[in-house]
Amino acid sequence: MPEAFTIPAARGAALEAIGLSKRFGAFQALDRVSLKVPAGEFHALLGENGAGKSTLVKCLMGFHRADEGEVLLDGREARIRNPREAQALGLGMVYQHFTLVPSLTGAENLVIARRNAPAVIDWAAERRRLDAFLDRTPFRVPLDRNVGALSAGERQKLEILKLLYLDQRFMILDEPTSVLTPAEADEMLGHLKAMAERGEITVLMITHKFREVKAFADAVTILRHGRIAGSGRGLTTREMAAMMVGEAPGPDKGKAVQPLRREMPRSHEPALELAGLFAEDGDGRPALRGVSLKVAAGEIVGLAGVSGNGQNALVEACCGQRPLTDGQIFVNGRDFVPTRRAFDEAGMFVVPEEPLRNAAVFGMSIADNIAFRRFEKPPLSRRGWWLDRRAISAAGRELMARFRVAGPSPDAPIGALSGGNVQRAVLARELSSERISVLVVANPCFGLDFASAADIRARIVEARNNGAAVLLVSEDLDEVLELADTVAVISNGRITYKAPIAHVDRGSLGVYLAGGSDG
Amino acid sequence: MRGADELRRAAEFVVVPALALAISAAIFSAILLAMGQSPAAFFQLLWRGAFGTAFSWQNTLQRAAPLILTALCVALPARAGLMIIGGEGAFVMGGLAAATAALPLLGWAPAPLVLLLMAIAGTAAGALWIGLVGVLRHRRGVNETIASLLLAYIAVAVLSFLVEGPLRDPASPNKPSTHPIGAETMLGPIPGTSVHWGLVAGLIACLAAHVLISRTTTGFAIRIAGGNPHAALGQGLPVGRLLVLCCLLAGAAAGLAGFFDVATVHGAANVSLVAGYGFTGILVSFLARHNALAIPPVAILFGGLSAAGGLIQRRLGLPDATVALLEGVIFVTLLTSETLYGRFAIFQPRGARQRP
Repeated sequence: MPEAFTIPAARGAALEAIGLSKRFGAFQALDRVSLKVPAGEFHALLGENGAGKSTLVKCLMGFHRADEGEVLLDGREARIRNPREAQALGLGMVYQHFTLVPSLTGAENLVIARRNAPAVIDWAAERRRLDAFLDRTPFRVPLDRNVGALSAGERQKLEILKLLYLDQRFMILDEPTSVLTPAEADEMLGHLKAMAERGEITVLMITHKFREVKAFADAVTILRHGRIAGSGRGLTTREMAAMMVGEAPGPDKGKAVQPLRREMPRSHEPALELAGLFAEDGDGRPALRGVSLKVAAGEIVGLAGVSGNGQNALVEACCGQRPLTDGQIFVNGRDFVPTRRAFDEAGMFVVPEEPLRNAAVFGMSIADNIAFRRFEKPPLSRRGWWLDRRAISAAGRELMARFRVAGPSPDAPIGALSGGNVQRAVLARELSSERISVLVVANPCFGLDFASAADIRARIVEARNNGAAVLLVSEDLDEVLELADTVAVISNGRITYKAPIAHVDRGSLGVYLAGGSDG
Repeated sequence: MRGADELRRAAEFVVVPALALAISAAIFSAILLAMGQSPAAFFQLLWRGAFGTAFSWQNTLQRAAPLILTALCVALPARAGLMIIGGEGAFVMGGLAAATAALPLLGWAPAPLVLLLMAIAGTAAGALWIGLVGVLRHRRGVNETIASLLLAYIAVAVLSFLVEGPLRDPASPNKPSTHPIGAETMLGPIPGTSVHWGLVAGLIACLAAHVLISRTTTGFAIRIAGGNPHAALGQGLPVGRLLVLCCLLAGAAAGLAGFFDVATVHGAANVSLVAGYGFTGILVSFLARHNALAIPPVAILFGGLSAAGGLIQRRLGLPDATVALLEGVIFVTLLTSETLYGRFAIFQPRGARQRP
């Protein structure tokens, strides 16, 4: 099949999506989205988390079936029912995370990716053809080394080579540069741009980085809440940011919580102080690069940011789930080492995201899970060692009622609850103490319906009004703007912005969220 | 309503293992048929050899006693999320330490004192042996399953080295042993039976383990750490120390079993200690789903299997390993049956079934 390796004949296709809609249950992920990418264009797709970018490309790639709308490839209607059909039509995708087999070499990865790879492979012949193929691409990647030993940039190039090798010339790239250094990103995007200009490929790239859009994209489409918020060529960063984060909320939005607020006498001593925190992610790459932040008693600091910029590591570092490589946490002026006694004495409480995974034990009962913070204290236990199971059950029942946890009984396993109710159960545990001096909350309303979200937000504000220092880490910018007294932005493991809510304007905030300084 | 739901859940833990046992019986019957044996005769003899007479009952209980304790060596760490399969090592080290501790006391100390010190030495040796596994896991991230298994082989090697070398009693030419503690020091059976006191110790240990895990704050912390270590860290719990604690207690149980084997059966430490009790304990613990209260009945079942082995061998002319083969079939079926939990709607609480 030598044809599979010749580049010059192949051309990038044109793609047009017309009125795509997709619902997940009650959630409208895509609402009549239309998008036109002519052959040979480098098209960027911008939007906040949850704006529908991933859903859109998954519909194009056949992972999801759109409820309505159609897709035209080179002007002809294309029925894409699954990813295999998309690949056969020449649509390929590079994911945010690597899909290569790390224990195989680059050459092996390429050959086994072929759908018609033979059972017995003549490696000498394959290598000759691969070398000839490589000569016709601008990418230089060592094909003899195990992929696991390649740098992130080389691996990402290999992912793109794989699409070329498989002749998938409409390339959908999902944040392809999120794991690359700026230099690696520029090199890779530069090559793609040049290939697109020669008409060899067409690129649709999901990104958060305005800099890349301005430097490489011919045109951009911006999604917000599942709809097209705008599109065009040569937009300025400020215009794109405005489309991405939307207009300022209307007069009635955000007011729901406002009356609950009470001015607190701010102490000058911060209740929670993060001093130069450094931490690594699971793969040993830096996740926090010197995060310093102060939260005063009676203040909500809303930490906004695009997901994957270190928020996870920050919350985990605060509650002892991730070791710090450097830096210190101070609570009420004292060095905080996350032992059980320290949590208790400091009055520190944490509601991490995905509570079932991060803060609950699947097989234990709802009441047990609610008792985690104070099971060794009366009335839940006697003399510090003998559990009073009846008291635990009764306390669970009472808190379930107070926090409206809908479940069969306090003795049922927490795994039997729906996601929203697990969230409430964990909130019941972390917010029911009489003395909360520090509260760290991450994406508390993710995936909840409107009423539940409003209820949980009101409880967070209530904790603040009672004098807690609240660090609210959220990927939902509206939530941050609604609740925070002070807004900060985390980008690439650093705090890049911090201002009182009164001085925050949405437009410039969007620029910081997108990792650009200004432009 | 709530009572009914609990009954449903409890029924699942009885019906699924029972189903697994039935399927293993069917598979094993097929094997017997292939060997030209009658399954009916086999299971009849199995029953007689295990539970058919007062003698076979005592034989069964005798064999169940060490299994109860070695099963605890698996069950306790399992509650903390660790898979320890090296109870054999703690059992051997416990027996060796007990026999060795007796040596300087023989001849002048009263028997109860000797036995007490032997028990302490055996328990401590077992605790340290598995405790080491816990420390390696906590401090260095060494996989506890592999570490405990390999340490079991080291324990056997240490035993052989010592009984064939420095601790060898010259009066044991054929079977190298430590100096015997003597019939006057050995622990007699429970009065009126031939069953030794290890059975009582095992029952007490199971009860204590159950109370520890389900009724104390430490047990609660262990359950959190075992169920979700990440969440336990977020609660400020000392996850590593809890793991080590479970390992120490687990090893103590197996070491105690080793002590009883020396003090009631062999009277000295020798290779007879390496009888596979530690490994059969793994099966027992899994069949009991690591529930301390379920361990004694399951241990009695497996004690019965091994007690019937001799009879089956004599009557049917089957090889000695036949019963081990049956145990293996049961174990594999049992592990497979783990996937069945939650699959049958009839066992689900009504409330949970209606969730969106």
